Amino acid sequence: MSIPSQDNAIQSGRLMRVAIYVLLIFFVIYYLLPLWVMVSNSLKTLDEIRGGDMLAPPKDITFEPWRQAWSQTQIGVEATGLKPYFLNSIIMVVPAVTLSTFLGALNGYVLTKWAFRGSNLVFGLMLLACFIPFQIVLIPMARILGMLGLAGTLGGLILVHTVYGLGFTTLFFRNYYAAFPTELVRAAQIDGASFFQVFWRILVPSSGPIFVVTIIWQFTNVWNDFLFGASFSGYESTPITVALNNLVNSSTGVKEYNVHFAGAILAALPTLIVYIVSGRYFVRGLMAGAVKG
Amino acid sequence: MRDRLQEWVPRIVLAPSFVAVLIVVYGFILYTGWLSMTDSRMLPNNEFIGLENYSKLFALKHWNIALTNLAIFGILYIVISSVLGLFLAILLDQQIRAEGFIRTVYLYPMAISFIVTGVAWKWFLDPGIGLENTMHQWGWESFEFNWIKDRNYAIYTIVIAAIWQSSGYVMAMFLAGLRGVDNEIIKAAQVDGASGFLIYRKIIIPLMRPVFLSAFVVLTHLAIKSYDLVVAMTGGGPGRATEMPATFMYSYTFTRNQMGVGASSAIIMLIMIFSIIIPYLYSEIRAGGDKR
Repeated sequence: MSIPSQDNAIQSGRLMRVAIYVLLIFFVIYYLLPLWVMVSNSLKTLDEIRGGDMLAPPKDITFEPWRQAWSQTQIGVEATGLKPYFLNSIIMVVPAVTLSTFLGALNGYVLTKWAFRGSNLVFGLMLLACFIPFQIVLIPMARILGMLGLAGTLGGLILVHTVYGLGFTTLFFRNYYAAFPTELVRAAQIDGASFFQVFWRILVPSSGPIFVVTIIWQFTNVWNDFLFGASFSGYESTPITVALNNLVNSSTGVKEYNVHFAGAILAALPTLIVYIVSGRYFVRGLMAGAVKG
Repeated sequence: MRDRLQEWVPRIVLAPSFVAVLIVVYGFILYTGWLSMTDSRMLPNNEFIGLENYSKLFALKHWNIALTNLAIFGILYIVISSVLGLFLAILLDQQIRAEGFIRTVYLYPMAISFIVTGVAWKWFLDPGIGLENTMHQWGWESFEFNWIKDRNYAIYTIVIAAIWQSSGYVMAMFLAGLRGVDNEIIKAAQVDGASGFLIYRKIIIPLMRPVFLSAFVVLTHLAIKSYDLVVAMTGGGPGRATEMPATFMYSYTFTRNQMGVGASSAIIMLIMIFSIIIPYLYSEIRAGGDKR
């Protein structure tokens, strides 16, 4: 066969194609609408939002809500804006992602290239751990963090995110390394390379894509987490998602919708940027999260 | 000697992760299971009371509301997300210009936090400043949309926001499935004179069965775990109108000082998820093993 196979061989009429594009554009608008509402209303004054049309662009653009959201608005008792919470999230995300990714890589290496009796059971148990409803661990985790002196600290949150991230990171690397030629590993061993030498010199250099997938996956999950943040963070360690929720759902004072929208975008920005820059890898992570085996 | 050591290194490397998971997942499940059979209130205690918390739980109106809401939410969320996802995937699979851009737009909600989604939809659906007010500004004075404030309809606003967040994900799953369909089958059907519509209905969609299954499992497990979105949009209200098992568990455990009941609700959630996930993973791993 010399004819290149098309993605889809079905032909459709001209009218049909117009209808398809109209529908596709309709859904583009549907998905972008909330983002548009957030952006446009974060640039309006409160009076304009109250008096007007939420879908309209701002009449007089003001950046005041952004300044408020970042550094001035009252969250909890203090008027600090979201800045300190944004920093908390960064301090939490970096080590949690690094640790869980690195451990996942080692685990995946062991489970595929050094399989031992029972390693499938080990993998099965780690895989199942990805899907538990975290409500099941809240009470004992709160106790353990208390005993370790980590209750209400960023250290505690880092620990929690690292251990509950291990299931997915191990899964990602295990599936990736399963396809990596074992002969290369065996050849290196015959040449006298040790366990760690094989890992660093042979597997890691060819693991670029899966590192990106795993880091993005973990970054998105940890940054967007709310449940652990709400359960285990304290006054000094509140992550941004929890702070944003406190800002929006606090019952005191005037509802500053424009500040809420600016704050919501601030909270969404890091993961959104990562997604736009490397969406391909993000999707790969999602797919790996859905289709196992 | 060196060989023996080499043999043990991999296990030693794996051990910390595995032990950690054993403790923080399986150990904690057992501990929560134990607490669910004790008379724990504000703090855990070890006074065994059998299954009393479970009978208390299922007698609670609050819990039954949460289960009903989960059923309404879950069914609508799963069905609509799947249908919409498949529909969008089919549309996108027609050699569309700017497909990459459109796909990116459909999928971006998956990258943002449920709290952000909740804030956006909470105010957009708020009758005072959102959609209803906007329609009034546009001259449609009689337009009414106050579901988010209405006990009978608030749960549907959660469905709307949740579908917005995850339907792109389902689309991506189906698109990957559609791209995997062998074109020879389609060509053969065309030679036999089948229309495009018929080919989809009779050949392609039935081939998507594994994707339907994956989507079902992923969406069900997301539905049972839904917590953030509810907290951000309605906080479980108005009244208890949008209470779900996850919000129930949290409030009974941490604010109402009924830890035993809270633990038993967590166990029920775990059973719901495991009864779907375990058979699924089992069949996936077996199918994966057969392929190799």
